[in-house]
Amino acid sequence: MLREKWKMLSESSSFLKGVMLGSIFCALITILGHVRIGYGSRMYHHEHHHLQAPNKEDILKISEDERMELSKSFRVYCIILVKPKDVSLWAAVKETWTKHCDKAEFFSSENVKVFKSINMETNDMWLMMRKAYKYAFDNYRNQYNWFFLARPTTFAIIENLKYFLLKKDPSQPFYLGHTVKSGDLEYVSVEGGIVLSIESMKRLNHLLSIPEKCPEQGGMIWKISEDKQLAVCLKYAGVLAENAEDSEGKDVFNTKSVGLFIKEAMTNHPNLVVEGCCSDMAVTFNGLTPNQMHVMMYGVYRLRAFGHVFNDALVFLPPNVSDND
Amino acid sequence: MSEIHFREMASKSWLNFLTFLCGSAIGFVLCSQLFNILLGEQVDTQPNILHNDPHARHSDDDGQNHLEGQMNFNADASQHKDENTDIAESLYQKVKILCWVMTGPQNLEKKAKHVKATWAQHCNKVLFMSSEENKDFPTIGLKTREGRDQLYWKTIKAFQYVHDHYLEDADWFMKADDDTYVILDNLRWLLSKYSPEEPIYFGRRFKPYVKQGYMSGGAGYVLSKEALKRFVVAFKTEKCTHSSSIEDLALGRCMEIINVEAGDSRDTTGKETFHPFVPEHHLIKGYLPRTFWYWNYNYYPPVEGGRGFSSGLLLPPRTELLHWALPSFAVTSFSHRVWPWGRDLSSPLLPQHSRK
Repeated sequence: MLREKWKMLSESSSFLKGVMLGSIFCALITILGHVRIGYGSRMYHHEHHHLQAPNKEDILKISEDERMELSKSFRVYCIILVKPKDVSLWAAVKETWTKHCDKAEFFSSENVKVFKSINMETNDMWLMMRKAYKYAFDNYRNQYNWFFLARPTTFAIIENLKYFLLKKDPSQPFYLGHTVKSGDLEYVSVEGGIVLSIESMKRLNHLLSIPEKCPEQGGMIWKISEDKQLAVCLKYAGVLAENAEDSEGKDVFNTKSVGLFIKEAMTNHPNLVVEGCCSDMAVTFNGLTPNQMHVMMYGVYRLRAFGHVFNDALVFLPPNVSDND
Repeated sequence: MSEIHFREMASKSWLNFLTFLCGSAIGFVLCSQLFNILLGEQVDTQPNILHNDPHARHSDDDGQNHLEGQMNFNADASQHKDENTDIAESLYQKVKILCWVMTGPQNLEKKAKHVKATWAQHCNKVLFMSSEENKDFPTIGLKTREGRDQLYWKTIKAFQYVHDHYLEDADWFMKADDDTYVILDNLRWLLSKYSPEEPIYFGRRFKPYVKQGYMSGGAGYVLSKEALKRFVVAFKTEKCTHSSSIEDLALGRCMEIINVEAGDSRDTTGKETFHPFVPEHHLIKGYLPRTFWYWNYNYYPPVEGGRGFSSGLLLPPRTELLHWALPSFAVTSFSHRVWPWGRDLSSPLLPQHSRK
């Protein structure tokens, strides 16, 4: 009887030992992986590169004619990476903000009957991203000088994007959005939208053909997300991620929705909900449902308080196909 | 003997090894799941509220978790740098609106607080009406009970209170729920075309039951000074009584009896400006099913064609009342702060003719 008990004990103890070892091993790997990824809170003093929006005073110094020329010189090509399961978000995005891109195309993992898209023939996000960037560059390098990539959960205000890019030279290698630090690597989160200048596109496309620099399969145990892979790739070309901010230091590209911002602001600093929320010239919000996209479109472009007149120094008229504003 | 013993030992250690492997696999999986949960993010989803009863009220819903602590939205404090508010400010002086918000003790923290922190600040005067007095908030105690069947009582008493204490302080008197969002600037634009001495009231006009129609309670409604006077007198002389507990319908009936006109609150393109539901319900084509009572209640036909939404209801460029359950801040943000840079603003649709 004792022997039986001892036998069971030894079995269960080895089982327990196994469980412990397994969890420790898993924890180790995750922690090691995340020490370089670092999902911790962002501190203010770090080696981020910060890009600021232009000052209104600077804009007014430019002559009226030059300002007209300037507003026409921005040509933004939008890449939206979609999968069949995103179809309702796809519909909303197609109907709303993408109409304000100078050109917007949808790159899908596979052909979907309902909507026209460019078939990437792969389910892997990184491969989709590579192919999309290559396609965009090969076909449109001469027609557009800025390339904006987003997922269909993102809502973007292209006019604010153009304003932000106003004094930035696209022949410089810009790679901007909402940045996250992962150990040594600083990358732009795909959820907030990724902006590349034509120069960055050139360099990226050159590297895409070199498998040692830009491998198609990154990461050994855990799959590395596509936005990190992009950052690694671009780093080889000397293109570094920069965080886009307004003159008060608030992020202009957001990975959260307005609703989430408000909720957090109300919990964390109820005295300063407006201040604690978002930039007045935000470019993106993420995590919206299809219905919320339509509400955003209404709220941003149509709803207005009578008697409040805004004097903007520049005018970016949306292209003719946009009838939603 | 030792061989058997040896084999026994071997099988035992083999079994031990197996259980060890099993254990480590399970531990590994559990741990990775735990990490996934810890590092995962949650997406915020809004509840879908579709009312099957035209006279149902949102106050019966148990909404989101209410938030503690003092709230200061600073909605007015820092103006948009490029904003010129001269027109809005002159209208504020010209068209004086007293807002009274229908609320209750259980909703002060959840809802009324947000109203107070956002749009209510744009009223010339705002009062919060509840069944009981609260000196801190502050709310006015109407000495009724709470509940859906008390709504008309509360309305009658609230208008009476406003008439007795604040008649000369405003030209127009608006009733709104604590889950309604009002864009006062746009309301002033609508009312600036009319005189407060006219017996008239505005809201989202419904056609059944009352010949001239009546105004939906949920979307809010606003009475002229003359209309308010007549309403209060009617109860004194018993021309009107507490005929039913369906607040908006009963009020609409009374308005007809005392010859107060049900006004047309649509904008110059014929689109509605008062809305009984949240924006999604009005913006998304087909959101409200064709069989929904709402389509038969609207006094005016829905406007077709034009931008974006070709059938059903279209929202005009200036929307006044939104029955919105989201924190009010979001809308304050849109109408007063977040603005697409360089948006070419066509000149405002000025009122065509005044009836003054």
